[in-house]
This record gives sequence, structure tokens and C-alpha cells, in this order.
Amino acid sequence: MKKHGELRAAFPITVPVLAGYLFLGIAFGVLMSSKGYGPLWSLGVSLFVYAGSMQFVAAGMLAAGFDPLGTVLMTLMVNARHFFYGISMLDKFHGTGKYKPYLIFALSDETFSILSATEVPAGSDKGRFYFFIALLNQLYWVVGSALGGVFGRLIPFDTTGIDFVLTALFVVLFIGQWNQTHNHRPMLMGVGCAVACLVVFGADQFMIPAMLCILVCAGVFQKSMGEGME
Amino acid sequence: MNTGQSLLFFGIVALITVFTRAAAFLLFPEGRRTPRFVTYLGKVLPYTMIGLLVVYCLKGVDVLRYPYGLPELIGVAAVAGLHLWKKNTFLSIGAGTVLYMLLVQLVF
Repeated sequence: MKKHGELRAAFPITVPVLAGYLFLGIAFGVLMSSKGYGPLWSLGVSLFVYAGSMQFVAAGMLAAGFDPLGTVLMTLMVNARHFFYGISMLDKFHGTGKYKPYLIFALSDETFSILSATEVPAGSDKGRFYFFIALLNQLYWVVGSALGGVFGRLIPFDTTGIDFVLTALFVVLFIGQWNQTHNHRPMLMGVGCAVACLVVFGADQFMIPAMLCILVCAGVFQKSMGEGME
Repeated sequence: MNTGQSLLFFGIVALITVFTRAAAFLLFPEGRRTPRFVTYLGKVLPYTMIGLLVVYCLKGVDVLRYPYGLPELIGVAAVAGLHLWKKNTFLSIGAGTVLYMLLVQLVF
């Protein structure tokens, strides 16, 4: 395969993310601007943090005072799902060599969902192919953030409700995953655990109990959950 | 927060994020056999997480008080409906979000 074969193979797969991330990134930049943080901030945060939902949460925390421990706990809570993503990618990232550190750094929700659904084209280097998917996705996100940061300064408009892009994105990904498999029990179990824990523990405390609940259910109902999952 | 605090704040967020992404790979390194239960989790967890993420996004909705979560319900229904119909990610997300913004700014 030619030197740029993997890039050429990776690009079409990332096009849906191109649209979503540009839009989300712009929303993030606009949100940051509305908090008084300009394009450079948005750019830097999207380069070095690169965690969509956590960046929105973080932007929301800017108005409150500086609280290091609270920040650590909040980030752990919002991003704890990445631990589960990691477990899901152990096999796929095996043998990706020099690309592996970046692949792990850039394992966002969307990159994760693409990598878990995509086969490496014949003759391509796996690590290189994954690398370009992850890199392109982050590029869209970073460019979107910078654009949003610039726009946010030029045209100040009412951004109330713009954070709904995240909800919309996850609804779209939910439907995509639903159509990907015949065994819908794990998806329903995830929603069930989340809603139950939300009711019991309340909005600020439910993420960790919900993830524990998911782990326990996955452990207890291994046979029915694992059916047809390859 | 001042500039220094903001830098430190985002630094913490970046560091902890990398930690959550790298933890699984540090716990179960290449070359050592991954426990079977962990391999099983690797297949099932992705599907459970997406539902949790949707609920996470909607956690602040109060269904007992006006507007009873109606903007969110309409917004999610619009996104889902559009996506099942047109299967175009950009259209579903874009139109759904604009509709939701109009609802919370002008209607409710």
C-alpha cells in the first residue's frame, strides 16, 4: 500500500464526525467565549484536554471558584466511562506500537465508537489506520473550537440551549449502535441502570453508582448480555 | 478564576482525562493474558455506556415542574425521528439543536 493509503482509507469513515465535531467544537468555542475565554483558550483546551462532554462541563465550572479536588473528582466522574472504553480497546490497540500513546490519548466517544465498528482495510497498517482516524477527528474538533471562539467574539447571540448538541450526538450514536446489533439487552440495561440510579441518587451523584450497577448487571447476566456480541 | 487558576484548572482536567483513558491499558498491559471477564466486558460495555451518556445529558431535567421536560422530549424526539428518517448525522444534530434552542428561548 502507498504511503498515504491509510489516510485515504480513514478519511471517508470520519466524515460523519467531521460534521458533528465541527458543529460541537464551534458550540464549545462559542460557550467559552460567552464565559470570557477567547479562541486561544478554546484551541488550547481542545488540543490538550480533548474530551467533548468534559470540556462542556469544565466551561460550566469556570464561573465557580477554583476548586482543585472538586475538579479532580468531577473529571473522574464524567470521564470514568473512558476506563470502559479502554477495556473495550485492549485487543484492538494491541501491537499498534508507536501510535498507541496517541490512540489512547485521543480515545474520545466518537473515535471509540468508530474504532469499535470499523475493520482495518486489507494491506493497511492497523496502528497507522487507527491513528489517522483519531487524528482527523481531533483536527475537526480543534478547528471547530477555534472557529467558535472567533465567532463567539464577533457575533454575540443568545446561546441558551446550545449544549443540547451533546444530547443530540449521543441520541444519534445510540440509534447507530441499536441498529448495529440484534441483542439490545446491554443497551437497555445501560439506560435502566442510569435512570434507576438517577432517581435514587440524584443528578449530582448518580454516575458512579450507575457504572457500578452496570458492572454488577453485566457480571450477573453474562449469558444473556453476551449473546451474539462479537 | 484568574488566568493562572484557569490554566491549572484545565491542566488538572487534561491530566485526569488522560489517566481515565490510559488506566485500562496500564492495568492490562500487552503480553499478559487479559482475564476472560475483562474481555467479555470489553464487548458488552460499549453498548451500555451510550444509554448512560444520554441519561447523563438529560439529568438536569425536572419532569415535575414547568416545562416538565417538554423541550428536551421534543428535542430528543426530533433528533431521533430525523435520524431514523434521513440517517444524516449533521442534519439530525444540527436541526435538533436549533429546534431545542428555539424552544427554550422563545416558547417555554
